[in-house]
Amino acid sequence: MKISMFHLMPYRDLPADFERRYGSVWVDPPWWELADAERVGQYYNWTLDELTFAARAGLDGICVNEHHQNAYGFMPGPNLMGAALARATQGLDVAIVQMGATLPTTNPPIRVAEEYAMLDCLSGGRLVAGMPLGSPMDANFCYGIPPIEQRERYYEAHDLILKAWQAKEIFAWNGKYTQLGMVNLWPRPIQQPRPPIWVPGSGSLSTWEFAAQHGHCYCYLSYYGSAFAQKVMDGFWEFVAGRGLDANPYRAGFLQLVAVSETDARAEAEYEEHIRYFYAKSLHIGAEYYAPPGHQDYRSLVNSLTRLNRNQAEMVGQMRDWRFRDFVDNRFVIAGGPATVRDQLREAIQNLRVGNLMVLLHIGSMPHELTLKNIELFAREVYPALRDTWDDRWENHWWPERLRAKRQLVGARG
Amino acid sequence: MIAPARAGVDERRLTLWQDQVQTQVLVAGSGPPLVFFHGPWGLAWDAFLDALAERFTVYAPHHPGTTPGDPDGVRALDTVWDLVLYSYELFDALGLEAPVVVGHSFGGMVAAEVAATAPGRVRRLVLISPLGLWRDDAPVRNWMALKPDALAAAAFADPRGPLVAQVLGGASDEGVDERIRRTWALACSGKFTWPIPDRGLSKRLHRVSAPTLIVWGRQDGLAPPIYAEEFAQRIRGARAEVVDGAAHHPHLERLDPVAPLVANFLAG
Repeated sequence: MKISMFHLMPYRDLPADFERRYGSVWVDPPWWELADAERVGQYYNWTLDELTFAARAGLDGICVNEHHQNAYGFMPGPNLMGAALARATQGLDVAIVQMGATLPTTNPPIRVAEEYAMLDCLSGGRLVAGMPLGSPMDANFCYGIPPIEQRERYYEAHDLILKAWQAKEIFAWNGKYTQLGMVNLWPRPIQQPRPPIWVPGSGSLSTWEFAAQHGHCYCYLSYYGSAFAQKVMDGFWEFVAGRGLDANPYRAGFLQLVAVSETDARAEAEYEEHIRYFYAKSLHIGAEYYAPPGHQDYRSLVNSLTRLNRNQAEMVGQMRDWRFRDFVDNRFVIAGGPATVRDQLREAIQNLRVGNLMVLLHIGSMPHELTLKNIELFAREVYPALRDTWDDRWENHWWPERLRAKRQLVGARG
Repeated sequence: MIAPARAGVDERRLTLWQDQVQTQVLVAGSGPPLVFFHGPWGLAWDAFLDALAERFTVYAPHHPGTTPGDPDGVRALDTVWDLVLYSYELFDALGLEAPVVVGHSFGGMVAAEVAATAPGRVRRLVLISPLGLWRDDAPVRNWMALKPDALAAAAFADPRGPLVAQVLGGASDEGVDERIRRTWALACSGKFTWPIPDRGLSKRLHRVSAPTLIVWGRQDGLAPPIYAEEFAQRIRGARAEVVDGAAHHPHLERLDPVAPLVANFLAG
């Protein structure tokens, strides 16, 4: 089992009436009304400190990702954060999990190949190379990619990056979206033939097919927890079996919100407002930004409209009045005392058959000290009970080779 | 799929662009040939086309990718240049050397590009709320980024009228097939308009030689009527008509006087 801390780097101090006063947390929230650059500088530093703390506390990896024009999580340059984290974790056996630089919006895409190679060199071969397609808010609305082209651009960028890492000779790339006459990457990654690749997704068949075809790890990133994810992950494993691939749990990643305190009651008292903030404010995304026409290819469009899948906007609307217990009972958030969190997380890992778990230990408006407490309790009271899962039978081919052995258990503050 | 609503409308199916694009063309009426390029929400036979069919043989092709059964047709065309050359193949396949051409919104942009690239292929030109130009002081709003109410208010002078559901969809009894059709039509036209519907037409528009009529709705909240002037200034001898009581769909919102205005101009 490999467990990494994920951080979104959200704005932590949105006004109480944010979701009533403003149409969306993404794309068009007004910076000058809502945000303060000095405070944002503090958030970036806290974020780096919290992830570094998680690394010192003994977790296996630390994750950042890329988003734009929002108060939900705004690391427009995830590799800037990754560089600081690689430096701060020198000498620790912790993976730098970039989830990551968005392929269709990085131009030319060899920029991703270069920066990931830099991070791999800088970290001593500890990089996990996430390759996200990009949300419609980021790729289409903020970065101007025509929705119908996004996937095609993604596939082309992926192929170019892999070739740029591995080619022994200088080559020309005559792509539909990128033309480069002489590709000759400096530097190349330490990990050969390439760093492990994780593909984040939201359950679409075309992403499963892509991950399977290339042998990448598929990561289901959802904020609706393990119960909601069961159908998706059952479908994924059915798909994997249908492709004749082994059922190695490390093929799959999953993101879970986790909040640990000394007891269930204390968890409720400490974390409720931050969980509610996250679902009501951080996920307050204008419905018009979720699905610009063309973001789904035709078959996925037919599939989702025909099945009448509930969209995220409807889900979030329904959760507006939820209290701590609703989030916990519906397993959106795993929160409570150590025993509760251990049991529920173990059950989720087993049920979903997930080997690469990402835990969101900073949630919404959670302040710095409480975040450190959450990380410390998770690392000390929860992580040790889960870390041996799967390893009697399976090897994690999707983890940096130098880090596949177990880490020494350490204390963060010691 | 949506069958043509009117009796007497034929469906012709063409295979174009080295067999990569299937194009269904709705054909009705009699008289000189007229090609109609539809807007971003897709092609549906309507009262405006009925009115034109009284005096012309109307050919209304589906934009590539929006022909029922051929959603991938759009993948064979990447740029406006591809789309324009494809359009001449379409004319050829229909046996049309130089038809009169009418285009609405996104279809107006296509019509203008077709008339600017090979001016001899368009005999007379009518552009109804065409896209294709951009002014920083009057940005065209992205119709795919608006909430339903805001879109209705921008696109129609009467945002509660029956045309809203007819064109934009969203009626409570709307079928899944209709939603799929409309969403995919937006996706396919969006390939040539996202994020800003300006692919350089301003550099080419001076080449249009066909007598041109530009029609705009005074309340157009998507592309403000100031663009009527922009188009008229760039096309030699063009005439612009701004219609009261209409927004982005003047030909439907004010069928009369717009349909006779257009038909008379084209016959002229």
